[in-house]
Amino acid sequence: MDYHLNHLRELESESIFVLREVAAQFENPVILFSGGKDSILMVYLAVKAFYPARVPFPLLHIDTGHNFPETLKFRDDLVEKYNLKLNVGSVQEAINEGKIVEEKGFNASRNLLQTSVLLESLENGKYDAAMGGGRRDEEKARAKERFFSHRDEFSQWDPKNQRPELWNLFNAKKQYGEHFRVFPISNWTELDVWQYLSLEKVPLPNLYFAHEREVFDRDGVLLADSEFIVKKPEETESIRKEMVRCRTIGDMTCTGVWPSTAVTVEGIIEEVATTRMTERGGRTDDKRSDTAMEDRKKQGYF
Amino acid sequence: MSTNNNQPTTQQFKGEYEDTELLRFTTAGSVDDGKSTLIGRLLYDSKSIFEDQYDAVKSASERRGEDGVNFALLTDGLKSEREQGITIDVAYRYFSTPKRKFIIADTPGHIQYTRNMVTGASTANVALILIDARNGVVEQTKRHAIIASLLQIPHLLVCINKMDLVDYDEDAYERIKEDFERFSSKLDVSDVNYIPISALKGDNVVTRSESMTWFEGPTLIYYLENVHIASDHNFIDNRFPVQHVLRPYNDDFHDYRGYAGRIAGGIFKKGDDVLLLPTGFTSKIKKIDTFDGELNEAFAPQSVSILLEDDFDLSRGDMIVRPNNKPVVTQDIEVMLCWFDSEKPLQHRGKYTILHTTNEARCLVKDVRYKLDINTLHRDQEDKELKMNDIGRIVLRTTKPLYVDPYRKNRITGSIILIDEGTHNTVAAGMII
Repeated sequence: MDYHLNHLRELESESIFVLREVAAQFENPVILFSGGKDSILMVYLAVKAFYPARVPFPLLHIDTGHNFPETLKFRDDLVEKYNLKLNVGSVQEAINEGKIVEEKGFNASRNLLQTSVLLESLENGKYDAAMGGGRRDEEKARAKERFFSHRDEFSQWDPKNQRPELWNLFNAKKQYGEHFRVFPISNWTELDVWQYLSLEKVPLPNLYFAHEREVFDRDGVLLADSEFIVKKPEETESIRKEMVRCRTIGDMTCTGVWPSTAVTVEGIIEEVATTRMTERGGRTDDKRSDTAMEDRKKQGYF
Repeated sequence: MSTNNNQPTTQQFKGEYEDTELLRFTTAGSVDDGKSTLIGRLLYDSKSIFEDQYDAVKSASERRGEDGVNFALLTDGLKSEREQGITIDVAYRYFSTPKRKFIIADTPGHIQYTRNMVTGASTANVALILIDARNGVVEQTKRHAIIASLLQIPHLLVCINKMDLVDYDEDAYERIKEDFERFSSKLDVSDVNYIPISALKGDNVVTRSESMTWFEGPTLIYYLENVHIASDHNFIDNRFPVQHVLRPYNDDFHDYRGYAGRIAGGIFKKGDDVLLLPTGFTSKIKKIDTFDGELNEAFAPQSVSILLEDDFDLSRGDMIVRPNNKPVVTQDIEVMLCWFDSEKPLQHRGKYTILHTTNEARCLVKDVRYKLDINTLHRDQEDKELKMNDIGRIVLRTTKPLYVDPYRKNRITGSIILIDEGTHNTVAAGMII
């Protein structure tokens, strides 16, 4: 027998190790679930890590109220299939209660509002570790993120003062009131995720596959039309039907879609392997400034 | 950087990726030695820089009034790094070719960032050491090599860069190579290779250099794709640190008790006799379990669950090994320690939390044997204060026995970190001697 793992099995083994480390080192961890492929992968790896026992973490979904309906349906089916516990933090409720104020204008998005709802949900749930599907290949600030990322009592990330992380020794020590963000799939790339989902035949939301949808152009990005987006007259004029798919799934107001004919995971792999744009290239939330991601992360964003 | 001749084709990705191996390598360097240019070229030529990233870096370079595209901006992602024009932290970069997937731990080279170099080196298969052909072996080169040796990176690749600036001169290359050989003979490194390159012009990076036909070795990418890493894990000494106990408590798995963990060494087989630490009891492996079904054997670094024939109650931190091949069970360990904390130096007689595999204990600093000068390998027995980025040989006494191997034999069971009990910061990393 040949004793070596291919890259997908090695990444799988590493992520399972991290998930088990979270279960062993924290008292009240939670999985941040967005409905996107990365959080689906994380749930799937958690199921593997604790088999045949149940996943010992609940899911926390921050619902902006502007989600694709397909995302919510998929989430509920997944929760039922693996007998998980789901908690929802609602941005709409926070707006109704006057805790946060909605952005106005053409580029309005609830993306930033998510952060305060997320932090409040983490506090209410007394969670000491929140696992996210963030990957280091996604964005330059994320490239410097640790597996176990320490947050102070204000949930802030201090990128210049991170704990060194060596071998597979993870330091989860913290003061009262502090918590950790944990990123079990840090070392996966977009292509790795798709190759693995294909290899394991993991079910995915239909949004990832090419489908016909009403779209319009904004700042060189193709957006799916929805009632939640305030459009300029010329944007309304450009609305048309196209075959598109999502590369990331987030809030409808900031998730770009891509012209595509890929209707299978294999088709997607082919597209990802030959594409010339990063997957976050379609995220208008990243385009606000050169360090938009770093700025949001410091405040406690995912 | 407009050539793009090593693009993996779709055809190559389909079907073949299931055999792709993962290789982790570390680079260290300063702004001037061409490290960013080399990484930029590897990413660009392997089609791992995307158009929008390239455009963003290009316009950021223009805003800063720089000529051409500054690839350092691609790796130096943090605001303060961009402002100061230096790499502060370890950045992880990814690219792949049809044969392998690569993770680069890109670390700063300056002495004040030794701790970041050590961090990046801890998991690497290969250390890529860059030498500027005009300057030859300098202090920083030696420092990188010493860290690679201390951290037992199995393969060292010395790239003599900027060959275009010395007219692709074979003698210049040979002189630097001999210099490095003379120096590295004092180190604990076994596999060293040399390649003359020009990261800027692309010579011997992805394509063979037409200007250095005298060089008969491989290109950089060929080396990275083919260096033998299958035996970088220890497959001889069976070590299974128990990470977590799986007890489903449901009707289908009533008496199930699985010891979950990642194999740190060796090959475990169903039916094997095993010894349990710390109790010293023996048992047999009843089952090696995973979500995907039972395995007949499992090896490092797989994550599995082990079920035993007998009903012993193991917990996190315990270790499953072979009866005739035990790690050292001890409360006294000697380590090469790299100190990380900027606030406080290592306290003689100080107490720290120590993490080793899945085990946790407290420890006392009993003695500092010497401080190592990581530029010269000189052992200083007079000044023994370890401040941030210092490395020294230390004796520790732990509150309970640990099951350890020398770091040279096993990087997982041979490594520790120390945590300050007041701040909870990771203040040191150590390699057991």
